[in-house]
Amino acid sequence: MDINLNVDLGAGLTIKNPVLTASGTFGYGTEFAPFVDLERLGGFIVKGTTIQPRQGNDAPRMVETPSGMINAVGLQNKGVDHFADHIYPEISGLNTRVIVNVSGATVEDYCAVADRLAPLEAIQAIEVNISCPNVKAGGMAFGTTADGCAAVTRAVRRHWPRHMMVKLSPNVTDITEIAAAAEAEGADSVSLINTLLAMNIDVERRRPSISTVTGGLSGPAVRPIAVRMVWQTARRVKIPVVGLGGIMDASDALQFIMAGATAVQVGTANFIDPAVTVKIADGIEGYLRRHGFSDIKEIRGII
Amino acid sequence: MKRIQNFTVESRATAGGCTLLTLAPQPGTPDLYDVRPGQFVEVRVDTPGVMLRRPISVCDVTADGRLVLMVKRLGRGSEALAALAEGAVVNLVLPLGNGFDLDACSGGRALLAGGGVGVAPLVYLSKTLARRGASVTVVIGARTAADLEGVAGLFPAGVNLAFTTDDGSLGTHGFVPDAPAFAEPCDVIYCCGPTPMMKAVARAAATRAVPCQASLENMMACGVGACLCCIEKTTQGHLCVCTDGPVFNTTQLLWT
Repeated sequence: MDINLNVDLGAGLTIKNPVLTASGTFGYGTEFAPFVDLERLGGFIVKGTTIQPRQGNDAPRMVETPSGMINAVGLQNKGVDHFADHIYPEISGLNTRVIVNVSGATVEDYCAVADRLAPLEAIQAIEVNISCPNVKAGGMAFGTTADGCAAVTRAVRRHWPRHMMVKLSPNVTDITEIAAAAEAEGADSVSLINTLLAMNIDVERRRPSISTVTGGLSGPAVRPIAVRMVWQTARRVKIPVVGLGGIMDASDALQFIMAGATAVQVGTANFIDPAVTVKIADGIEGYLRRHGFSDIKEIRGII
Repeated sequence: MKRIQNFTVESRATAGGCTLLTLAPQPGTPDLYDVRPGQFVEVRVDTPGVMLRRPISVCDVTADGRLVLMVKRLGRGSEALAALAEGAVVNLVLPLGNGFDLDACSGGRALLAGGGVGVAPLVYLSKTLARRGASVTVVIGARTAADLEGVAGLFPAGVNLAFTTDDGSLGTHGFVPDAPAFAEPCDVIYCCGPTPMMKAVARAAATRAVPCQASLENMMACGVGACLCCIEKTTQGHLCVCTDGPVFNTTQLLWT
């Protein structure tokens, strides 16, 4: 029996299976080409891209915590021109979906990146990152109020012609309010959750473990929170929800799908097993086969 | 080619207060001819409370195709690795990083300087350089002679090996650059060890206008240049220790 893993995220973004990669954990895809056949993924989301190059935060940027890690990279990237001129030609021919995560300090920054990417036809979607906890300006500041989310979404909508995913912050009282604001302003999908604002102290040195004191927590530690937020959001909005947060295997991914996610993103798990994404896609197919389903849609949002 | 590969722990030993693990590739998996001196591996640690892999530099690739890793117990992850029993299976991502630039030793005279677990990459480097016909001098520093137990036995017979100790209990009394070898002519200095030691070696190299390469360490998540967690401040901005390094020319480093 053929199993249909194909999902439609709307506005022309169909993916061959529901497994995407989370921005900032998969580089530009090419870093993982030795380990996974990129064309077997539903797609991959390249690292946060800004209008100007960014050096990011000082070291140390990362600390391992129970079942997770806190990072404070701070959107280090070489800027959208570098992406368009040097990265895009390398990945545009792949038979998979390439999505660019777009970040900025101001609304104008986001729009300028969208403008620069718009002529790149192989970029089928952008993910508007209004939820990075590791930058001083912009980032999460837009994602923690419905008004801020609406302002960025509305503005970028006018500059981006194809699928627009908006990535939400969990560091809010009610994530469904933010999701509804994104939907109302023309987002085609929402992805959640970005990292949880967190902190760890090195008691031997009596200092914060990372240079920025606080950073973003990812990994299995955040998964139950992410599943809950995806479930709440999927009941609130009509646009597709993309779930992420601590997905380590197919079973974790299926939790998000049953909670209402149309697709999932795999992040921190790529660091532990660089080949995990394809295993998750295969594992989802195996689950459906084992339980007599023929289409991933049969289990979406069943909770 | 970077790959994910299982190995079996074939034997264990100790040197310099560290655990040496000799790993045999599992049957049917690739040999290690592509592993270069100064590269590292990311080891999966199967123990509660440890999620991320641990980056460990390649200490040696033996003539019979075994991989030797030197593990210093620093935390939960390295404790678990150091405790691996013979016969245990470990999962590695390898080979990672740039490795030392051997062509910098075109004149055939190399000085290798290290300390602590930093001696690890110098072992394979010394063997490789010696095989290429270079004259290799190795200076290893430590606080005291007891810290150097078993270290001499790691290096091949053909290299000139010297020690320095802070307390004078073995070799030259003083720091690594105080060794007489630093007064001898050489074409390149390779170093790996505690940062203050590497800074001192880099200063000595600069004084003599000899190129110097240092192998750095850092907290890493991915090991393949994707997460951007392991950055080092350099003259070219923030570079990843995992992919732009771990070996850098010391003139690149801002050492902050």
